[in-house]
Amino acid sequence: MSRKPILHYFNGRGRMECIRWLLAAAGVEFEEKLIEKPEDLNKLKNDGSLLFQQVPMVEIDGMNLVQTRAILNYIATKYNLYGKDIKERALIDMYSEGVADLGEMIMLLPLCPAAEKDAKVTFIREKTTNRFLPAFENVLKSHGQDYLVGNKLSRADIHLVELLYYVEELDPSLLANFPLLKALKARVSNLPAVKKFLQPGSQRKPPTDERQIEARKIFKF
Amino acid sequence: MAAKPKLWYFRGRGRMESIRWLLAAAGVEFEEEFLETREQYEKLQKDGRLLFGQVPLVEIDGMELTQTRAILSYLATKYNLHGKDPKETGFSWIESSCCFVRIDMYAEDTLDLMMMVVVAAFKPPEEKEESLASVVKKAKTQHFPVFEKILKDHGEDFLVGNKFSWADIQLLEAILMVEELDASVLSDFPLLKEFKTRTNNIPTIKKFLQPGSQRKLPPDNHYVKVVRNVLQF
Repeated sequence: MSRKPILHYFNGRGRMECIRWLLAAAGVEFEEKLIEKPEDLNKLKNDGSLLFQQVPMVEIDGMNLVQTRAILNYIATKYNLYGKDIKERALIDMYSEGVADLGEMIMLLPLCPAAEKDAKVTFIREKTTNRFLPAFENVLKSHGQDYLVGNKLSRADIHLVELLYYVEELDPSLLANFPLLKALKARVSNLPAVKKFLQPGSQRKPPTDERQIEARKIFKF
Repeated sequence: MAAKPKLWYFRGRGRMESIRWLLAAAGVEFEEEFLETREQYEKLQKDGRLLFGQVPLVEIDGMELTQTRAILSYLATKYNLHGKDPKETGFSWIESSCCFVRIDMYAEDTLDLMMMVVVAAFKPPEEKEESLASVVKKAKTQHFPVFEKILKDHGEDFLVGNKFSWADIQLLEAILMVEELDASVLSDFPLLKEFKTRTNNIPTIKKFLQPGSQRKLPPDNHYVKVVRNVLQF
């Protein structure tokens, strides 16, 4: 019997959270080895398990995978969440990359210097409302199907719904004018595996807080 | 007969250059439309051709693809530069998936490195110099040693599965880009030097490296000005 995947990362969302979501939504149980002190990270580096000396790293199928996107691509392919052909995959990639762009802005917000924060939040709100959410709403509108691509759940839906939760954390009113996105969020959230992941006590990580920012300063990322 | 892919971008490297490299290495002819004015850009947006309002845009196979990585991944798969497809070849899942995931890991890393150069062009002069020096340092200490070791460990000509792939094309592109910043960057990496010579001589790549090809020049002040004007930042 194959072992469960093991995720190596800090005790927070960062660049690993989308991987946790994808595995969870695919119904795949996984273990985590949390990096809590500089020694933990150094050990991984010295062991040679980090190809480019960076985390996330996921031990899966006998490999030590690094690079967030490479990991996501592998999981999506393995668990059939990547469309039925190369063209569907291209659409899924395009949508996933758009999610990642906005997701990155939101993820980096806690690291923003206090003086610049207001401007950054305004910028993110503007992009969310005028660029990203309309794009996804229009995709759903254009075909009227339940999921973004190929009338079937794919990684794109999972990544987008994860993002919608973060947008909601920033400001729930940002989702007000996007009925199809709200419906997608509800639909995906009700899938048994996702519903379970959304319960308290799951491996889902809370928003970044002060302690995590301090830890990041130590680890310099 | 299928139309040639059409690339929409500025007349410079930026986020489109890796796409040009991939097409060229695959021996695929492509057309280009260059963004030079704000009006052209606004028209593309108004016509609904830019999903997230951004370029690169590549028209291919009836699709209007944006997002650099989505485009690269599509092209790599289409032109057999993405390793073996587990579903198509009947290889065991592990055997073939190892190939595509390794290509992804390596390509992501070299893309990260090259993006630092792309972004540096838009920084104020002092910061720009610092950024570019940092790129050279990272290449020498963090990135290139890894690829040197990969080549050493398997002793093969190409990075993954003894077969030319997207990972090799991007590594060559990254090597040449960093060499433009510091010609001695490969001095401690004999296998990368051999790799460079070998890949330079692949006919499609050799052709792309000739003057007059669609390969673009490093960013200069004019390029930065055009991009700032078109994107208004």
